[in-house]
Amino acid sequence: MAAPRIIVVGGGLAGLAAVIKIAEAGGAVDLFSIVPVKRSHSVCAQGGINAAKNLKGEGDTTDKHFDDTIYGGDFLANQTLVKRMCEAAPGIIDLLDRMGVPFNRTPEGLLDFRRFGGTLYNRTAFAGATTGQQLLYALDEQVRRFEADGHVKKYEGWEFLSAVLDSKGHARGITALNLRTMELRSFAADAIILATGGIGAIFGKSTNSVVCTGSAQSIVFQQGAYYANGEFIQVHPTSIPGEDKLRLMSESARGEGGRVWVPRKAGDKRPFGQIPAAERFYFLEEWYPKYGNLVPRDVATRAIHKVVYELGLGLEGQPMVYLDLTHIDRETLHHKLGGILEIYEKFVGVDPCVEPMRIFPGMHYTMGGLWVDFNQMTNIPGIFAAGECEYQYHGANRLGANSLVSCIYGGFQAGPNALQYVKNAPPSESNGHHEAELTRQAEINNKLITNQGGENPFRLWRELGQVMTEHATVSRYNKNLKIADQKIVELIERYKNVNLSDRSQWANTSFAFARQLKNMLELSRTVVLGALLRDESRGAHYKPDFPDRNDEKFLKTTKASFTGSVEGPRFEYEEVDTQYIKPRPRRY
Amino acid sequence: MATKTVSFEIKRQASPDAPAVWEKFELEWRPGMNVISAMMEIAANPITSSGAPTTPVTYDSNCLEEICGSCAMLINGRARMACSSLVDNLEQPIRVEPLSKFPLVRDLQVDRSVLFDNLMAVKAWVPVDGTYDLGSGPRVFPQQQEANYPLSNCISCTCCMEVCPQFNEETGFVGAATIAQVKLFNNHPTGKVFKEDRLRALAGDGGIQECGFAQNCVEACPKQLPLTEAISDINRDVLLQKAKDWLRK
Repeated sequence: MAAPRIIVVGGGLAGLAAVIKIAEAGGAVDLFSIVPVKRSHSVCAQGGINAAKNLKGEGDTTDKHFDDTIYGGDFLANQTLVKRMCEAAPGIIDLLDRMGVPFNRTPEGLLDFRRFGGTLYNRTAFAGATTGQQLLYALDEQVRRFEADGHVKKYEGWEFLSAVLDSKGHARGITALNLRTMELRSFAADAIILATGGIGAIFGKSTNSVVCTGSAQSIVFQQGAYYANGEFIQVHPTSIPGEDKLRLMSESARGEGGRVWVPRKAGDKRPFGQIPAAERFYFLEEWYPKYGNLVPRDVATRAIHKVVYELGLGLEGQPMVYLDLTHIDRETLHHKLGGILEIYEKFVGVDPCVEPMRIFPGMHYTMGGLWVDFNQMTNIPGIFAAGECEYQYHGANRLGANSLVSCIYGGFQAGPNALQYVKNAPPSESNGHHEAELTRQAEINNKLITNQGGENPFRLWRELGQVMTEHATVSRYNKNLKIADQKIVELIERYKNVNLSDRSQWANTSFAFARQLKNMLELSRTVVLGALLRDESRGAHYKPDFPDRNDEKFLKTTKASFTGSVEGPRFEYEEVDTQYIKPRPRRY
Repeated sequence: MATKTVSFEIKRQASPDAPAVWEKFELEWRPGMNVISAMMEIAANPITSSGAPTTPVTYDSNCLEEICGSCAMLINGRARMACSSLVDNLEQPIRVEPLSKFPLVRDLQVDRSVLFDNLMAVKAWVPVDGTYDLGSGPRVFPQQQEANYPLSNCISCTCCMEVCPQFNEETGFVGAATIAQVKLFNNHPTGKVFKEDRLRALAGDGGIQECGFAQNCVEACPKQLPLTEAISDINRDVLLQKAKDWLRK
């Protein structure tokens, strides 16, 4: 019998982790990615990866990591898998270390750790401030090794268009588009792992990369997969606003002692150096004395919004606050934060060792994603999901440096589970469904490329981004969420008149983008309507009209299912697994 | 008051066989504008400065934070990343064209997969026994980490290859990026098990001997990798390896 063949879509940390486990077990993998996998969005992760190694004599344990994660996520995450992830984390760090990740070291040659948000322990291993890049490269190198010996075949520059489902609704492969030749093709496999990352693009500008559109998740959602907790969107407190995107300024800047402040006097025009300590408002330290600048991201983000919009204390009246590192010596900063300081200096033109950075919250991460069971499988048999594109590990808010560990852990689970599934999967009865799916995709493509109308897809996208950022990020009001949904419905209608200025059949990026845009629009509704229905405040989901958490009604996973473009998503709710830690009020 | 504008000239080519044409654009200036945001603006309003409709520009990009290595192109004749090319720091008209040493796909998009092939040829990885929990890794002192980390920052943008006079079809030179990775993995306590294989891979035609020490690579690298240092170190190791192999004959 031939080795079982599995398709992995997405070559970030989660996808590559799954590939490695499958190849190591003797399986064969077809790996699909829009970009060369080494250029995946995981490279953008900066600050580090959490694991309770307790190398600082603080008495840290995996149980404490588990508790911090559940508490940080406001009790919405299913606890069993989070517990397992925290227990596996120290072994994952050791593995990455063995693979050659250049983690920062102590004088004795051991791994160094720093503190991140939502914990009181030094639990975050790091490689300068480019940890995601270093981790991704380590996994990329291992995958190249398996590619060299024939276990892995890469399809870089191919975009996932749909899952091929048989008459029983089981996955039998995918259809994909070659972004250079525009060739449409189907590929057979009895299991598919989606590791397609975040959805930042539906907010227009975010800290995410260009490929993070959520298109793949939305496609399988439209094919019948549940999308869970879509309303939980993390807005990172410290990003650098830009014309093309919001650039991340890592939490590690605060982990290494960075302080957030504004002048106490509104509109104070003095240069920062002339403002004495007593006239500086270190609001996070004043409001949250225990955690200070390292409160979880949702808390810090709301505090910055309050300072700017309610107290009117933004720098020079602008929506910006200081993130100050100037009290730390240059050598330490270079050694521990080099990469991010370089980014700030390159894009803003100011040296953060000399002058405080000007930052503002920016859309960063989705806690929600494809619903998966404890085996990382969606409700469509044979479709698995791992990494940011699924919902399982972070509840209502993700702690900094937990995403890298959840990506790798999720991929390590999904890979072997998919192999196991394939071994027991009933054989496919025919190949007819491949042809049917290809025909369906060809029709969509033909319609799009010949469509006549007056709408430019990039302009529609800007409108989507504006409405999502305005109404569905930090503070949510039901009235505005309804406006946002109406706007999305309007955009879906206007999408029918989309007109591509480029109708060529070679490396046509507008064509690929227009296909993604339709999927972004459909997925946006799960975010907005999920938020509308959840009349409480929990983690990153904050409604000023419903400021408290309501466990009785809403200690539940939101599950959205697709019923049609006009009808919109349908919602149901599922009990959360809270068997280890009893929910308690979340007060930092 | 008239809006401040920015002038661009972009080299367009619909396919590898199509003729190249230059298109001019006049875009509204915005604070913090970079070459990528100009491309985005053109996609949303694909009209040239003479008012002719055109198509959105095809180019590679992803992170827009100069860490994924996608958006390398020639900007005012210099190989650099489009995301970190701020309009305010560039002379106008800003002339944008594709990297010249790689097969053209369309417009500003080129095929740089040769670098990934080279990394495979030199076994740029650490051969771990398996991904199971096998305990902690080898001890690495901070001094060694500090030497290796800069080499590990290579973003595979290929700017060093673009600017290298020796990187061409005639020599088949692997280029500085691959040599730096050989140094990185040969330095690793476990990775060095393939040291001899890697050095032999760099010993023949297209190997390190093709380097003419023009030192353009180190100038062009957006991540300031110590490329010339890596080349001289590996050059020495390759020569030693050649001598050893000759003596063993």
